[in-house]
Amino acid sequence: MDHLPTLVSEARDAIQAAQSVAALDELRVRYLGKKGEVTALLKGLGKLSAEERPAAGERINQAKQTLADEIDAKRQQLESVALNARLAAESIDVTLPGRGQAEGGLHPVTRTLERIEGLFTRIGYDVAVGPEIEDDYHNFEALNIPAHHPARGMADTFYFDATRLLRTHTSPVQVRTMKSSEPPIRIVCPGRVYRSDSDLTHTPMFHQVEGLLVDEGVSFADLKGTIEDFLQAFFERDDLSVRFRPSYFPFTEPSAEVDIQCVMCSGAGCRVCSHSGWLEVMGCGMVHPEVFRHSGIDTERYTGFAFGMGAERLAMLRYGVNDLRLFFENDLRFLRQFA
Amino acid sequence: MKFSEQWLREWVSPQLETQAMADQITMAGLEVDAVEAVAAAFSGVVVAEVLTKEKHPDADKLNVCTVNDGSGEPVQVVCGAPNVEVGQKIPFAQVGGVLPGDFKIKKAKLRGVESRGMICSASELGLEEEASAGILVLSSAAPVGIDFREFMHLNDMTIEVDLTPNRGDCLSIKGLSREVGVLNRLPVKGPMIKPLAAEIEDSFSVSIEAPEQCPRYIGRVIKGVNVHAETPLWMAERLRRSGVRSIDPVVDITNYVMLELGQPMHAFDRDNLQEGIVVRMAKPGEKLTLLDGNEVALRPETLLIADQSGPLAMAGVMGGENSGVNKNTRTIFLESAFFTPLAIAGQARSYGLHTDASHRFERGVDPQLTPVAVERATQLLIEICGGQAGPVVEVTSAEHMPAERAIILRSERLEKALSKALDSDDVTDILQRLGLNVTMQGGDWAVTAPSWRFDLAIEEDLIEEVARIHGYNNLPVRRPAARLALRSADEAKLTQSRLRRQMVARGFQEAITYSFVAPELQAALLPDAVTPVLANPISADLSVMRASLFPGLVRAMEYNLNRQQTRVRLFETGLVFNGELDALSQVPMLGALVCGPREAEGWSGAKERVDFYDLKGDLESVIALGGEADAWRFEPAEHPALHPGQSAQLMHNGEPAGWIGTLHPQVRATLGLKMDAVLFEVRLDMLSQGSVPAFEPLSRFPEVRRDLAFMLKEATPVQSLLDCAKEQAGDYLQDIKLFDVYAGKGIAEGYKSIALGLTWQHPSRTLNDEEINQLVDSIVTQVRVKLDAELRG
Repeated sequence: MDHLPTLVSEARDAIQAAQSVAALDELRVRYLGKKGEVTALLKGLGKLSAEERPAAGERINQAKQTLADEIDAKRQQLESVALNARLAAESIDVTLPGRGQAEGGLHPVTRTLERIEGLFTRIGYDVAVGPEIEDDYHNFEALNIPAHHPARGMADTFYFDATRLLRTHTSPVQVRTMKSSEPPIRIVCPGRVYRSDSDLTHTPMFHQVEGLLVDEGVSFADLKGTIEDFLQAFFERDDLSVRFRPSYFPFTEPSAEVDIQCVMCSGAGCRVCSHSGWLEVMGCGMVHPEVFRHSGIDTERYTGFAFGMGAERLAMLRYGVNDLRLFFENDLRFLRQFA
Repeated sequence: MKFSEQWLREWVSPQLETQAMADQITMAGLEVDAVEAVAAAFSGVVVAEVLTKEKHPDADKLNVCTVNDGSGEPVQVVCGAPNVEVGQKIPFAQVGGVLPGDFKIKKAKLRGVESRGMICSASELGLEEEASAGILVLSSAAPVGIDFREFMHLNDMTIEVDLTPNRGDCLSIKGLSREVGVLNRLPVKGPMIKPLAAEIEDSFSVSIEAPEQCPRYIGRVIKGVNVHAETPLWMAERLRRSGVRSIDPVVDITNYVMLELGQPMHAFDRDNLQEGIVVRMAKPGEKLTLLDGNEVALRPETLLIADQSGPLAMAGVMGGENSGVNKNTRTIFLESAFFTPLAIAGQARSYGLHTDASHRFERGVDPQLTPVAVERATQLLIEICGGQAGPVVEVTSAEHMPAERAIILRSERLEKALSKALDSDDVTDILQRLGLNVTMQGGDWAVTAPSWRFDLAIEEDLIEEVARIHGYNNLPVRRPAARLALRSADEAKLTQSRLRRQMVARGFQEAITYSFVAPELQAALLPDAVTPVLANPISADLSVMRASLFPGLVRAMEYNLNRQQTRVRLFETGLVFNGELDALSQVPMLGALVCGPREAEGWSGAKERVDFYDLKGDLESVIALGGEADAWRFEPAEHPALHPGQSAQLMHNGEPAGWIGTLHPQVRATLGLKMDAVLFEVRLDMLSQGSVPAFEPLSRFPEVRRDLAFMLKEATPVQSLLDCAKEQAGDYLQDIKLFDVYAGKGIAEGYKSIALGLTWQHPSRTLNDEEINQLVDSIVTQVRVKLDAELRG
């Protein structure tokens, strides 16, 4: 009994010196196990008098508890060291790039077309498409462009034979839609169009989006509002100046070209706008009664407007592309810039 | 149309700077393309007279002259021009003057002789592009000492307008000034044109055999014309400023009248004409040598001016070489005619021609202008070339002249169309200034369109005119109102946008290639393709319509491989064209191509090349979007562009839907491609057909799985094993997985081991071993019978 303090102090030294969880377990057995040295003292209590016994018992139990707590504390300490060591060993370079497939991307023209479609479908327009090999009737006649009309010279047409051709605009889709549905009509027609022209600023194929709205009481003011809203939304510029210039398209009357304040120089004048401060971006007008007649729409009851724009031109202005031909070279270094 | 600002301002001159006037014209629909000074900047040049001329003592080619430049003292100048003569009026650059190109005139000594100034040529003053042969000799009436720019009216601008095809009426100073007059509410005044009474009786008969094409023809004989007279400087300058070259006085006068009034004219050498003029259609086999020296074979739809001996001119397009005015001409026959737009439209183009005359006649020349133009040209001819005019010969077919167009403009319609009530008097004023004859009917305008406005026929045309002159930008702006009506949306249908985005997520870049391709490229990939061929391609390389997306994708791959891009993943959507024109299909497809390493170069990536299964996985991921994967099958089949052992035809509900495969090695060699590629193309319409999800309750009972490995002959497609297994696996098969393919050690030569994992589950009870064993047995039996394949021991 007298050597309890010595025993406790000896055990504490051993615990503190332990280097592993296994060594700690050994110490627990050695001191606190069934046959352990501290446990053995408890067994010796029987030799003490009844008066001495409770106090002695308490001292031994206290010592036991102290050692047990120290073993637990030491164990936690050792485990935490071990965990830290493991974590240190497992650390990786998180700055290495991640694994897996690189993202692709949409073509800038598609991106532009989808954006334009989105602006219009959000307010209730439908998207309509049609064939690219068209006939003379849908591409010209029904749009009030009779044979030999000088307006046919406005678009140099690719022909297959006397009457079949590659559409020069997406307007034939408007004709087809008007023939097959009743007003109110609100559509945008995106797609490929073709003109036999190839130089720095023309490619023989390009993309257009045309829009058509037919309803009762549609006026030139509605057209102006729609176009202004569209251009300001497309370029995300609420203060973008838009102006309408009288022009001529056989399928609209009145007709207008639409200019915007140059988005490159904000109208100050630069190379892109030929120092005029204005950029011609689209054409539009009120649907010509002759076109309505071809499509079987009552011209006294309904009026409508149509507009058309080149997707490449808008993409060039929006993204700052300076060479039209890049759009169709499909150079990955170009395409990746629009991902 | 190019014109001189000064010329226009003689007719109408608004209080506007040049640019402001150009802007005003542009905003009225006559788009100004360019405004340029008519002469380069120079100063210190005056009109002077050559007083003396002596040979330079030390230079053969130089003369020493004195000139009177109005300063009071004769000025000595050394001149090298061969044409300098005493008495000439010439442009003289004084010391201190500056010529174009910032060339300063200084006192100088030329071979020891003092020279104080310079006698200028037209090119030295920037009036001619080509170097002139000698100094510019001015009219003897030119006042000495006057500033040369002032004398020549060189402080002028050339304005170029790009006119839309409906505004043929503005292809003249007269037409343009009418517009400017309306825009500024100013009166317009032109030169006095008075009919000139015949001084001689010489006439020439005219007959019109094609009155529909030529309702009016006016001619006049003018005798004793001096074709060697010089075109006056003012006229030559106006022509030059309008972009027309001065040729000889007669041609210059007809051109001048055309520019001034808008009437194209022609002058024949009367002595080369046989009997009367006949206006008729060409006869089969007729030929004509045109002014440009080219002989053309005439087609019967071509209108001609002919005489008894044959064609003289292509009406409204170009004169003939043999009947025109030449240096021996003494008597001319002047033509001023009205050819209908329809008669001339397309004619010049069909012969590969485009002339100032055809440009105007196609767009419409005022039929009432014909007699006026003849008088104006006569007046100028006699003034400049002398001669005596005969009587005007006129043939008009009244019934074929354009009918008067009466149009009603309703005020209510006008207001509705523009969402604005315009002042009625203003509208009347606009219409009248445009030359319309206006009567009020109630509040509406009853008008007749002027003979020069071929584009005014209906009410909308008048609405446009009023809106245009009022100014589009002065009209109100509003937004269309529409009912907010919901429409149904097809949930099962996948949009193209969704399909494209899946390709993007799988690491593909979208390409857009031309819809027309090189025939050789298409033939190398699709030798049997029948597609429409362009009659007028831009180049042979872009002459046949694509029958597939493969040619474009292969070309794009090659383009990138040639630019050190070694890993290519491209896709495209678009129409492909198959069949003859009369049985043509134009079908939207999705196509893709991969080549190069499977993964982008990186620290972790596998270095293997992509193969068939990589691209098939991409395609399956797109197919899976619709939730209808079972509708699709890949069937081994051969395609000319694809490796016969690595290609499959796609079937959608039993219908051909596309192809996938590795590029045929032979095709690759033919095209000289640096790498293997795997491609697919598939019908977009079929890809778009998905389904709306339908819920099935989840079973609470355990799944049972059995793994079965079969020894299949190498050539037996796995698909047939899967089909066999599914067919026999009963109603409760939940899933079938192909988890191993093995050939090699332990497997007999010519065989492969295919391991399937089958999972069953019953919705309402636990499946027992016995049932499953029975199903497995029947699968094994069926596989043995149908595929001659055994379970692997």
